[in-house]
Amino acid sequence: MNPQDVWITFPELLVWFPLLAGLVCFLFKDNSKVKSWVLLASILTLCISFASLYFSDDAKYLALNKASYTLKYMNNGSFILGLDGMGRLLTLLTAFAFPIIFVATYNTPYKSAKNFYGLMLLAQSGLMGVFTAMDAMSFYFFWELALIPVYFLSSQWGGERRIQATFKFFVYTFAGSLLMLIGIIYVYLHTININGNGHSFALYAFAGVRLNPTEQNWLFWLFFIAFAIKMPIFPFHTWQPDAYEQAPTATTMVLSGIMVKMGLFACLRWLLPIFPQATIKFDTIIIGLSVIGMLYASIIALKQDDLKRLVAYSSIAHIGLMCAGIFTKTEVGLQGVMLQMFCHGINIIGLWIVIELIERQTGVRKISQLGGVAHKAPILTILLVVIALANIALPLTNAFIGEFMLFNGLFAFNKWYAAAAGISIILAAVYTLNMIQKVFYGEENSITTAIKEIALHEKIILSVVVVLIFMMGVYPQPMINLTKATVEALMLKFN
Amino acid sequence: MNTILLTAFLGIVLMMIGAFSKSKTLPRFVAIGGIIVILIANMVELLSQESFFTFNVKNMLTFNSFNLAFIGVALLCTLIYFLLSGSAIEKVGSYVAEYFALLFFVLCGVAISATFNTLLMLFIGIEIISIPLYILTGSDKRNLKSNEAALKYFLMGAFSTGIMLMGIAFIYGGNDQATFYISQLGFGVGKMSPLIAIGLVLLLISMSFKVSAVPFHFWTPDVYDGAPTVFTSFMATTVKAAGFFAFLRLFDNGFGVLQPQWQKLIVLITAATLVLGNLTAVFQQSVKRMLAYSSIAQAGFMLFAVFALNEKAKEGLILYAAAYSLATIGIFAILIKMKDYTIDGFNGLAKKQPVLAVTGLVFLLSLTGVPLTAGFQSKFYMLMAAAEVGSYTWLIILAVLCAAISAYYYFKIIQAIFFKEASSAEGDLTEVITTAFKLMLIITAVLIILLGVMPGLLTDWLYY
Repeated sequence: MNPQDVWITFPELLVWFPLLAGLVCFLFKDNSKVKSWVLLASILTLCISFASLYFSDDAKYLALNKASYTLKYMNNGSFILGLDGMGRLLTLLTAFAFPIIFVATYNTPYKSAKNFYGLMLLAQSGLMGVFTAMDAMSFYFFWELALIPVYFLSSQWGGERRIQATFKFFVYTFAGSLLMLIGIIYVYLHTININGNGHSFALYAFAGVRLNPTEQNWLFWLFFIAFAIKMPIFPFHTWQPDAYEQAPTATTMVLSGIMVKMGLFACLRWLLPIFPQATIKFDTIIIGLSVIGMLYASIIALKQDDLKRLVAYSSIAHIGLMCAGIFTKTEVGLQGVMLQMFCHGINIIGLWIVIELIERQTGVRKISQLGGVAHKAPILTILLVVIALANIALPLTNAFIGEFMLFNGLFAFNKWYAAAAGISIILAAVYTLNMIQKVFYGEENSITTAIKEIALHEKIILSVVVVLIFMMGVYPQPMINLTKATVEALMLKFN
Repeated sequence: MNTILLTAFLGIVLMMIGAFSKSKTLPRFVAIGGIIVILIANMVELLSQESFFTFNVKNMLTFNSFNLAFIGVALLCTLIYFLLSGSAIEKVGSYVAEYFALLFFVLCGVAISATFNTLLMLFIGIEIISIPLYILTGSDKRNLKSNEAALKYFLMGAFSTGIMLMGIAFIYGGNDQATFYISQLGFGVGKMSPLIAIGLVLLLISMSFKVSAVPFHFWTPDVYDGAPTVFTSFMATTVKAAGFFAFLRLFDNGFGVLQPQWQKLIVLITAATLVLGNLTAVFQQSVKRMLAYSSIAQAGFMLFAVFALNEKAKEGLILYAAAYSLATIGIFAILIKMKDYTIDGFNGLAKKQPVLAVTGLVFLLSLTGVPLTAGFQSKFYMLMAAAEVGSYTWLIILAVLCAAISAYYYFKIIQAIFFKEASSAEGDLTEVITTAFKLMLIITAVLIILLGVMPGLLTDWLYY
């Protein structure tokens, strides 16, 4: 296939289609019709993503998977979008997550719903852009632009302290991104482009850059701080619990399901290939911070009363494990990260859906105020228990495969770190089962007597999540095959 | 040359209109028509490399693409300023035609200070810019703050002009080439005598005063706050940009070879300007005063052009001038329509006036430096210019951290506009917002986004 024969490529479709669909949303007058439109648009995006999986043979279908243009007045800005294995995995996650979110929150009332859904689709477009960007300028553009719709979503439709919490989130992330911008500029000035003259922002030029060790060190930290704030890694995590708690739950699903993967993805795409020596030098510090973060977050999660904060802290622990897995630089660790990014995304969205359903029906999120939900909504409870067990990484669930591979890699790196990280799994079991017992079993009280069983579409969507959990837990091979090439390319840098 | 003569001519025409016509709105239309004509004339001069008027300026003024492109940017920003805030100028006082005439004289000074090739021309240009501004600052005669601001501006300005003259005297007296042309002052790296050094520092001080760099910025908040808001809008944008352009040209053409000697001073001034400008803006309650301090903070970024003095820096300065001017003129235009200048005065604007809210959002995002806006591209060019210098990396990291701090106070306004409820049900806008005003705001916002995606539209004119 020649590039000339193809008039639109998959990465372009994945980025522009949600953008256009989102802009169309703002034109709607009727808030009820916009929900159908948004559902249709996100399912279409999912179909596009599935189609891109079919055409994933890079040798034959490169023209369908890579788009690069230079507009006339862009002044050495290029604009390259491309899909490789890791990109396909994460765009699939993004494409999968949004229909699930929209179906699950179909009955949640939002004021000016058209603005809400329009901003959600714009966020999806920005996220797709991050995962498909193949040159540093468009990566930076989408990195920042994914933030703006989320800022508006949280500030307008969130909880009581939403303005301060979202603002802290925004300024923190913005500062990190600006530091990364300096890093991008410096690396750019050291690149050589394909003609041999001048510089280039493209990924291949960045990956091929020659930097001496001192430069690599501080440039590594400039990039890593931006990613560490996004993931977040201890000690840059202070924005996260407040931001997750105060955001409307649909936005929290986007934040924790997909946006944190931006940080992990960026490490794999923009950090390890460009600064291999610095990665080797600093890996102990970073893995140390990740493990500390895992333990710290898990211990705090034990004490949480608010359901959203509990899941937020548990998310920090999971991300810490994935970040540690990246920096072990072992093949099994990297493969585990790829798999776990997808699995964690699905699992945590499932958890947030359950919390949203409970909050919508009772109006409370506090564990101390809930109890005995299982008597009233048994199917919800069954589905939740499966998802929660997936969160603890019980065998047969998808997270087990991911975490097993991650621990394998961590153990190969340093067994004491692996042991410390293992404690956090035990703590995860403690707080998750504690939450299940207190909220779902036990005595009913005045608040929970009003709960009814969940609606059919909500049952279906949670079942979809559960089926995915089991499917990937029993047969993860297709996922692993999808990202095998990326992992091997990364490993080449470290051998 | 076109600009210099035509703006002076148009100023006189407006004075005559003021003397002979009773109409309140005629000056504005003449001004807008005149600016369009002058802009076209300037572009013709840029494209054809020769002017309508043949004057032997004996090389004291140079008209190359770089200078003419900047004058074009200044004229474009003034055109947008007239279209957006022209009606506000009519409300300042009764001498409407005189205000417009003074603005045109300022533009004449802008053109001279953009094209100077001798220090005398620089002095004349700066003075022609400053004196009408002293008058305009005090034009709200019944307001005590305006009088105070005008006196402060005049005294401090006169003082700094004296310093500039002393510096010029030292430079001319101390250089051994016996030439007035700054490009031929003949400094070699080892040839800086004490007289030249003193002259250079004095010029640095006086130029820093004009562009309100720290620690010579103390006049700015009071003057910007006391002047009528519509004139603050002009002072904070076009005039400041012109000052920076003159600053860059002076230190590039004149003292470029001596850069290692004075770069440390510029680094200190830049760092101080960035930190002080951003930190004090955080604590402001009045949006007008906050924008004054924010102009100091943005000046810190523009100083990177003088720090770097390379190709990227020159492109970046023109882009920064355009981006910053458009965004600030826009946000001031919205501010002028408010009754209440505090941040809380903006509460609930999104519900009452969605067009103002969305365009205000674009302006504020551009000032913060969010991608897709011209403000981001201009900061990017500045950072890249500074990175190419290679040393003083800590300054770049400081600049970026200060940009993050600036997000704090710009976003306070965004939050008030979109996420806070209006306290009173009655409108807190001074007057009805016309469709023409909204259209102009939209055009300005579109220009900012266009420059944000395709900065080459502007920077390519430099190399015409």
